[in-house]
Amino acid sequence: MTGNKIVLMDDLLREFLTETNDSLAVLDVELVALEQNPDNPELLGNIFRLMHTIKGTCGFLDLPRLETLAHAGENVLGKLRDGVLEISPQAVTLVLEWHDRTREMLLVLEQSEREPEDDNEDLIARLDALAEGGTAAAAPLNEPAAAPRDPGLASQSIRVDLGLLDDLMTLVSELAVTRNQCLQQLAAEGDGPFSAPLRRLDRVVARLQDGVMKTRMQPIGTAWAKLPRIVRDLSLELGKEIELVMTGAETELDRQLIELIRDPLTHMVRNAADHGLEGPEERLAAGKSARGTIALKAWHEGGHIIVELADDGRGVAVDAIKQRVVAQGLAEAAELAGLTDRQIMQFIFQPGFSTAARVTAVSGRGVGMDVVRANIEKIGATMELSSRAGAGTRFLVRIPLTLAVVSALIVESGGQRFAIPQLAVAELVRVAPGAEHRVEQTDDAPLLRLREHLLPLVSLAELLRLPGRVGGYIVLCQAGACKFGVVVDRIVDTEEIVVKPVAPILRDLPLYSGNTILADGSVAMILDPHGIAAAMSAPERGRRILLVEDSPFFRNLLEPLLSGAGYRVTGVADAAAAMALCRAGQDYDAIVSDVETPVRGGFELAEMIRGGTRWRDTPMVALSARATPREQVRGRLAGFDDHVVKSDRKALLGALEDMLSRARGTA
Amino acid sequence: MSRDVVSFTVAGQLFGIPVERVRDALSGRHPTPIPLAPDDVAGALNLHGRIVTAIDLRRRLGLAPPDAAQGAADGGKGVVVAQGPDLYSLMVDALGEVLPLAPEGRTPPPPDLDPRLGACAEAVYRLEDGLLVVLDVDRLMACRPVVAATAPGRESPKDPGAAS
Repeated sequence: MTGNKIVLMDDLLREFLTETNDSLAVLDVELVALEQNPDNPELLGNIFRLMHTIKGTCGFLDLPRLETLAHAGENVLGKLRDGVLEISPQAVTLVLEWHDRTREMLLVLEQSEREPEDDNEDLIARLDALAEGGTAAAAPLNEPAAAPRDPGLASQSIRVDLGLLDDLMTLVSELAVTRNQCLQQLAAEGDGPFSAPLRRLDRVVARLQDGVMKTRMQPIGTAWAKLPRIVRDLSLELGKEIELVMTGAETELDRQLIELIRDPLTHMVRNAADHGLEGPEERLAAGKSARGTIALKAWHEGGHIIVELADDGRGVAVDAIKQRVVAQGLAEAAELAGLTDRQIMQFIFQPGFSTAARVTAVSGRGVGMDVVRANIEKIGATMELSSRAGAGTRFLVRIPLTLAVVSALIVESGGQRFAIPQLAVAELVRVAPGAEHRVEQTDDAPLLRLREHLLPLVSLAELLRLPGRVGGYIVLCQAGACKFGVVVDRIVDTEEIVVKPVAPILRDLPLYSGNTILADGSVAMILDPHGIAAAMSAPERGRRILLVEDSPFFRNLLEPLLSGAGYRVTGVADAAAAMALCRAGQDYDAIVSDVETPVRGGFELAEMIRGGTRWRDTPMVALSARATPREQVRGRLAGFDDHVVKSDRKALLGALEDMLSRARGTA
Repeated sequence: MSRDVVSFTVAGQLFGIPVERVRDALSGRHPTPIPLAPDDVAGALNLHGRIVTAIDLRRRLGLAPPDAAQGAADGGKGVVVAQGPDLYSLMVDALGEVLPLAPEGRTPPPPDLDPRLGACAEAVYRLEDGLLVVLDVDRLMACRPVVAATAPGRESPKDPGAAS
């Protein structure tokens, strides 16, 4: 059976990798637990058993280096179990190192299908030294405790490919939508011969959907598995005593969401350890126990999973936030005076905000709470912060059970229907002459006055360049820290929709997060509130751009790019057409011109414009295929402010943003 | 050995797509427009619970605009093809029959064939009543954006006030 290591990358090896990785994950958690409860023989026994199994399988599969390494680890564990060695942080650290090394080797094994060459002499020597350090006479433990496995559990579960589950989920969602269509038809036509079977179908589909959803569920604890280790390492690194209490790890959540929630949660725990909790002296001085607590809790509540992360640290210092906010120019001191503490705390979600007085290795390296919040909102979850100075901080994250089906508000604008995810919708407001809420016009930006607040408004029809603007309703949306109103013609309905990604050809459109089939069978685009907020808050929103480009190919490439970024674009083919617009009294915020146009070229156009037309101060960007130094110099001389390579979309948008914000600054 | 293509016309030109690439043929199906989408995207439609992106083949191939061609009536006709996991419906003027193409009918592309058309053509066949261009679906999907260059009045469709 042994010796055929190359032929092994079949089911056997794959099984071994999966199983051993699972065991290692358990070991990671249990080792940390052991350090905290050294007097738990059951825990120790389990750890020993897991390790022994790993060693045994390595031997069976002829993986000598892994086996030798496992043997050295097992040796130490044996001594710990027999009470010959004391369970000290040093011992646990070393065993954890063993764990990490083994995991690395497995990764290499998985990728290369070959056991890594490394002999791990250093680690083995240190493990042996530790084992020897206990007593002189250390006979290697060759007699394992019989590993009692639970055959019952193993035989009742099977491994299923995740892709298959995802496919099933999509199909069932489809089925549910079709069912909805049938039911809608039924409601419209009244009872008939199909009524009874349809109702039965309805019930069966509901149960099927439930069942399939369950197959994708995993305990949220899988997203927490690494946290005990992280907190342990952090507490050593930061010199703080930290206890991590986790409850509700068995709460189940869609596996896709678990993957997506893992990083934000980890970052929040790091933050709590680094910023939230005080050092032991400070805690003692404040009359608290030296050991700080981070409590992670999960539970199921009305179609959502709630994850609560609480620490008993110093709390959010509102005054410190105020100082930072003013120092970083995020708001004026006078503005802050009118805000409640709770509102001021929300500033920690602002991009670039950090209160950490110094940059530690743990956090404060630029990835702030704004990123955490953005990532959490990306999966349709919401996040709340509450804190009391001196008593601690608490985050509440509310996660939907699944991503595939969301509740959406269906709205109509310009004769077309669109879906807005309900989670982003805060409120619906009817605007009519004499209604209680007023729309105020300032310059060209409409604002909604709602209970003492002014909110920016955007017309969906205008945003999407649709004809007809009735605009009877305002959908108040919340995206990140942004609150704004979207003016639509009509509110149609709310519907459970199946979110489908858009075709690759449409992925550049930031306003859509997907598309879906409505109950009546028609296709509707799903609006992305974050995309709308970005299009609105971009300072160049609605700025007019004149695009001079002779190639229809590039014009048709650049126009959607620019309008996608929120600009209003007028495209013309040559300098003559551009000058005609100039004479007609049109104004633009910036001019983007190809400098390789035939007839009268872009350089001549720039010279003409700079020569005293109404556009002489309008910023101009030159476009050329290569932007050679010679072209660049010629461009500057002709009057261009910047020069961009035609195919570099990012550079063009960057250049426009730059020069428009500069123009605004000097205005 | 002859091969079968699904035939259709766009702007008076006869085209074919190999039958094995065709998933479905649509008639009377008007796609829901997608605001801000590229010009050659006609919209999206629902085909048995799957969302199909409709491509305006006329625009994609840079052919004459509808008003200049015969049979411009929009009958919502489309040839559905798959590319990767995504379905696309190529919107055409008229659907024809499945035609068997004999290898003898194959001719080199005529010199006056529009180069953009040539880039998406897999082969050209001479039939009794004219040329049939067999489109290569993958090249057709990759060749965007190609848009009508000669169409006046489409200079700046989004800003009628800017007409010079």
